[in-house]
Amino acid sequence: MVFTKFYENPPVDRKEVLRYAGCRDEEAVFGKLLDECIAEAEEGLSLKVCYSVFDVKIRAELCDFGAFSVKSKDLAENLKDCKRAVVFAATAGVGIDRLIAKYGSLAPSKAVMLQALGAERIEALCDAFCGDIKKEMNCETKPRFSPGYGDLDLSSQKDIFSVLNCEKHIGLTLNDSMLMSPSKSVTAIMGIIG
Amino acid sequence: MDFIEFSKENVICFDGGTGTLLQEKGLMPGEHPEFWNITHPDVITDVHKAYFDAGSNVVCTNTFGANSLKFSESELEEIIKSAVNNAKNAAKLSKAPQEKFVALDVGPSGKLLKPLGDLGFEDAVAVFAQTVKLGVKYGADLILIETMNDCYETKAALLAAKENSSLPVIVSNAYGENGKLMTGAPPEAMVALAEGMGAFAVGANCSLGPKQLLPVAEKLLENASVPVIIKPNAGLPKSVDGKTVFDVDEKEFSEEMEKLLNMGVRIVGGCCGTTPEYIKALREKIGKTKPVPVEKKNITVVSSYACAVEFGKEPVLIGERINPTGKKRFKQALLENDVGYILSEGIGQQEKGAHVLDVNVGLPEIDEKKMLTEAVKELQAVVDLPLQIDTADVKAMESALRIYNGKAMINSVNGKKESMEAVFPLVKKYGGVVVALTLDENGIPETARGRVEVAKKILKTAEKYGIDKKDIIFDTLALTVSADGKAAGTTLEAVKRVKEELGAHTSLGVSNVSFGLPSRGTVNGLFFALALENGLSAAIVNPYSADIMKTYLAYMALKGFDVNCERYISAAQSFSESIISENGGKTEENGKESGENELKTAIIKGLKEKAAACTKKLLEKKSALDIINEQIIPALNTVGEGFENKTVYLPQLLISAETAKSAFEVIKSAQAGKENGENKGNFILATVKGDIHDIGKNIVKLLLQNYGYNVIDLGKDVPPEEIAKTAVEYRAPLVGLSALMTTTVPAMEETIKLLKKEAPWCKIVVGGAVLTKDYADKIGADKYAKDAMETVRFAQQII
Repeated sequence: MVFTKFYENPPVDRKEVLRYAGCRDEEAVFGKLLDECIAEAEEGLSLKVCYSVFDVKIRAELCDFGAFSVKSKDLAENLKDCKRAVVFAATAGVGIDRLIAKYGSLAPSKAVMLQALGAERIEALCDAFCGDIKKEMNCETKPRFSPGYGDLDLSSQKDIFSVLNCEKHIGLTLNDSMLMSPSKSVTAIMGIIG
Repeated sequence: MDFIEFSKENVICFDGGTGTLLQEKGLMPGEHPEFWNITHPDVITDVHKAYFDAGSNVVCTNTFGANSLKFSESELEEIIKSAVNNAKNAAKLSKAPQEKFVALDVGPSGKLLKPLGDLGFEDAVAVFAQTVKLGVKYGADLILIETMNDCYETKAALLAAKENSSLPVIVSNAYGENGKLMTGAPPEAMVALAEGMGAFAVGANCSLGPKQLLPVAEKLLENASVPVIIKPNAGLPKSVDGKTVFDVDEKEFSEEMEKLLNMGVRIVGGCCGTTPEYIKALREKIGKTKPVPVEKKNITVVSSYACAVEFGKEPVLIGERINPTGKKRFKQALLENDVGYILSEGIGQQEKGAHVLDVNVGLPEIDEKKMLTEAVKELQAVVDLPLQIDTADVKAMESALRIYNGKAMINSVNGKKESMEAVFPLVKKYGGVVVALTLDENGIPETARGRVEVAKKILKTAEKYGIDKKDIIFDTLALTVSADGKAAGTTLEAVKRVKEELGAHTSLGVSNVSFGLPSRGTVNGLFFALALENGLSAAIVNPYSADIMKTYLAYMALKGFDVNCERYISAAQSFSESIISENGGKTEENGKESGENELKTAIIKGLKEKAAACTKKLLEKKSALDIINEQIIPALNTVGEGFENKTVYLPQLLISAETAKSAFEVIKSAQAGKENGENKGNFILATVKGDIHDIGKNIVKLLLQNYGYNVIDLGKDVPPEEIAKTAVEYRAPLVGLSALMTTTVPAMEETIKLLKKEAPWCKIVVGGAVLTKDYADKIGADKYAKDAMETVRFAQQII
């Protein structure tokens, strides 16, 4: 069964946004631009996660989740102490993509800052979700692992999309090139220890 | 009995969820339920029969994801054939007494449409068309387009259904907790779109429980003149002791649904988590309620993907600035294919308070159909206001209406037979509110009565095409008062009579009235006020005009549209500023003597307004070329070197570049139409085919333009052939290609090969997140640039 969670906007880690934008933490120079970006982006952010819990069997490089399986040495290593795993997809919504597109031609400086803000938002969402899962399931977890990490092929996106039905649950779609729309989105597998 | 006939007297009961039921019968996560139509026809038929037995009038085929993106052609045909058969067999097997119908279920494609995703609008139409054709072929009674969370995809599906069938089409969207679709449309915008295109019914399903959908249902009922459908989930799924349960049971579900029935919802059913038990309880409630008649609402409304604008409440301002007539700078932008300029005009007008944007790109030298379609696509990607498609070219009009994301305003039709025959079929097919000019074969009637007569004729003809009065707005034509002292009076009288005698809305191009007079703003402002007082519903205006905006805001305050005069008060400050600038720009900032390097400093510091003001001042005593060479380029060099030495960060570099652009914009406006002698050479830029990322490319473009290159920006997802063709056409010495994704690097390689063949003289520079120097060498590029500055440096070596 696939579950859905909605999140309010967690506080913005400004330092982290500036880091993503490739700048040093210089509030004096970038503070105003960042403020503008946060104010404009806020309304359009729609933070959602859909997820499902699977039993995991590891056989050498093969990680078998029942409904799907993937071959990856690195993921197998990551999940070696786990009998179950949470497979999830998270998105910050289309609003921020629209803003990035808007400023892409009008004011690329803002587009760059919004990109960075989006990256920070989706990471913050994943952190919040993973924290909740730990609490709800009263367990320890492994660091989340996404398609494209290590030797986990990007094509495993297809499996994750098909078991989670992301389009229907959170409006997240997969492009032919295995990238996601909305772009500020993450799919990942998080092992549950024990 | 015919479905439409049946719906007139009865509330229609749909079925409930199937996904959960099939999972109970062994459907695995990730398995396509659509295949079960073929592999488990008995199971699917049983589920359908259980719904008919519980009292459903309509069962939806098990084809939610049945489309050509997921299945091969032969699989798709087999799936839909079996699916319709299973539902029809269930209807035969069930002994329940009610009328029974089978709806072809059409769910989302699973892809997001361009520009947010990678599925083209016409591709989406083609995908849905295939499903619809098969549904019709195998005998579905109606079509349900459901769970769509994007307005644009909904339009694609509805268009496909209308073009390929004559069955009733029901449109049902998935709304979020904020009462809007994922891509932003509120219910009233979806009603406008769906009704405009001839949907039989409109509504909501999935994502929320019946209680949470109630506000959405209210909005739908307020606006819809067609039946409203609501199919909620059984609340939200929760995990209890390892089992999945939905938090609304059948009793609560049916009680909540009863409220909706009493409010006027005419088509009901369930979505995720609902079962035949829910439908049975719902059927009992239907038996106890009397169907509420569907009322015609007579709402004149246009919509975008994010909002609906209604006429007849507050006056609607239609921004007129996206139009080349009399604007040299705009003409230049069109000829240069400078979409960025058009976008900035759109966003600027929105910021000034326009509610709708008129889009006119007609110039004798350009391909209007292509340009108008392009402009609409680009505008609707970044501006959330409804657009008014303004063209005399019917082909351009159709092309733009087709890809428009919402219900458009159309400018215009008139009383000539030829005009009505060309435009009305488009209004009928694509939906829209059309501006009708009160003139015909005999010209513009001199009297108000004459214009009202033309309006009557237009209404009568529209009716024959099935177009309602609410979808026509009359323009009673503001003529030049300096040529005829009675002109304004006639126009105003006609506005009043159209409203009072015909009960129709009106719009005027206000500024025509003052043509040839000095101090036109004063005349325009007062004429606008008089027209509003005579009942004008909308006006095509320049939102940058202080006279027009003051009149509008004062009118709103005086007529009680502006609670506590808040909008007037907050805008009043900008009035005084604009008066100052009208009086010669003596604000403190501008009053300072401009120092030698003031422009240079402004660019380095990224002060846009100041840079523009300095440039204006410098232009009084220096040539454009001197300003560029002595101030702008040195400033850019300083920042550019800082970036290369890593003392300046990318956002700073960009802010300076944008500031330089604002200085260039002043120079361009002053010199529009003249050669400004700064063109160093043609540089073609494109993001390669399949790739939809363009920030990097836009950054490169901005810097190149600042350094005086004429950038021909082909946009994103550009096929190799188009890039090669353009390189030949411009005999461009330089082409820049961008790719962000590993999957699109082959497209880059293909483009380079073609360029080497078709335009062997040109140098190719490539960049993008996935590229490296080695890779660039391997695919035959002349240069790998790690960032925008490096591209500029390379260009400087070539030209």
